[in-house]
Amino acid sequence: MSYFSDIYKGIKTLLTGMSVTGGYFIHARKGALTQEYPDNRETLKMFDRFRGEVVMPHTADNRHRCTGCQSCEIACPNGSIEIIWDRAVDPETGKKKKKIDKHIYHLSMCTMCGLCIEACPTDAIVWAQNFENSVYDRSKLTKILNQPGSSVLDGIED
Amino acid sequence: MTDQQLKNKIKTEEYFINMGPQHPAAHGVLRLILTIDGEIIKNVEPDLGYIHRSIEKMCERDSYQQIVHLTDRMDYLSSHINNVAVCLAVEKGLEIEVSDRVKVIRTIIDELTRIASHCLWWGVMGMDLGALTSYFYAFRDREMINDIFEETCGARLTMNYNVPGGLMFDIHPNFVKRTKDFIAEFKTKIPEYNLLLTDNVIFHKRTKGVGILTREDAISFGVSGPTARGSGFSSDVRKHHPYNAYDRVDFKEILFTEGDTFARYQVRMMELWESISIIEQLIDNIPEGETKAATKAVIKLPKGEFYQRVETARGELGVYINSTGNKNPYRVKFRSPGFSNLSVLNHISKDVKIADLVATMASFDFVIPDIDR
Repeated sequence: MSYFSDIYKGIKTLLTGMSVTGGYFIHARKGALTQEYPDNRETLKMFDRFRGEVVMPHTADNRHRCTGCQSCEIACPNGSIEIIWDRAVDPETGKKKKKIDKHIYHLSMCTMCGLCIEACPTDAIVWAQNFENSVYDRSKLTKILNQPGSSVLDGIED
Repeated sequence: MTDQQLKNKIKTEEYFINMGPQHPAAHGVLRLILTIDGEIIKNVEPDLGYIHRSIEKMCERDSYQQIVHLTDRMDYLSSHINNVAVCLAVEKGLEIEVSDRVKVIRTIIDELTRIASHCLWWGVMGMDLGALTSYFYAFRDREMINDIFEETCGARLTMNYNVPGGLMFDIHPNFVKRTKDFIAEFKTKIPEYNLLLTDNVIFHKRTKGVGILTREDAISFGVSGPTARGSGFSSDVRKHHPYNAYDRVDFKEILFTEGDTFARYQVRMMELWESISIIEQLIDNIPEGETKAATKAVIKLPKGEFYQRVETARGELGVYINSTGNKNPYRVKFRSPGFSNLSVLNHISKDVKIADLVATMASFDFVIPDIDR
């Protein structure tokens, strides 16, 4: 007897479950769909805080805010940031001042922890929201963040 | 010929079979060496080390701020709770009291993480037992939590939102609204979960009376979390040793006494409601205050040992820090819930079928990087 009641129960619970899926099938409401990523590339906007990669913003006349204090390099847990720096003589005061030559960022090693950006005293580096970082060659993921010929903005001290 | 005569005539012998390290039901690189006789399991020997990244050793190299982001990679489904554990241990050493705002925000995000983790577990539990539908429904709802995390913390899974002394930055202005929207919507989804899977008679037959873990075994093997609470072992760290803002919210500790796979399933499903209730109590009155206590750029803990335990989605996580007064810890040890829970698997899987082992494993909710570290 339990054989038939089991069959009855099985069909009943099957239909109960299918009432949920069937409900979505008939009323394919807005929100029942996920984002169609490659098709919505033009309109897709990531959140402001999204951690895509580290960039160094430059002004129109090729100036950045990095003083070369190396706070980010020390804060980085796995050595993704290397700074090659030099001491240049300031023409006004005659004193030697630290200045960056290359701010090297290894995106391939970065864990997106955000400690470098927290550590930066002058907000020289920020997060960018682009996430399409796949390349064929790993060496392309080593980036020099400061543009060639750029210099630090006046009045930025660490 | 009777069964006994048949048994005497046909000689059977035990043999080994590897379940994993790439088995779809193991959710990661866990290798189980099964000794089986026909389809009956005689012995289960877990073999670890396939995803060992020496996180504890790397912690000895890193500063205290840098340790936090490594714990994201242990139990990646409750990464925020792991971060909080390390931060609380360091704050204990520094004797910092974080502001009420930080405590409340940490609690809300903890519970959101727990819901996200239980959602994913519910999806893959159904999938392990052959019900693929649950997977899609769970991931649809989990996506909303991930959006909340992405907007506030900047990442969806490995958030690293905590620093010793508080939060990395304040919550996003949309955080409260989004969380309320999610809670309102998610409340209508849990009944759907019950219709789809919980009430299903096939699911009952697969889970009821399977993989019974007694309360005594749960205590003696150090099992914690929902797995232990399914056996009636009251082990909720949030209740017994409150941290963050858990002492000011009212919630029940879910206990079931059956100890089988279905009891563990029910504990997690009921915990979803408790997490919702905790968030609802806190979300409307997040107190004002600073989001980060002032700490030195180089944190040096005083000489000594510091221990902090928290309740992750899988059980009790303990963080032990031994400091000699330097900027790096001398030794860091994580007591991960998955490792202790795995140790009982052999004990309760003797003389069951292989398919029942899959059901048991699904209800234990293993995250392999948490076991291996």
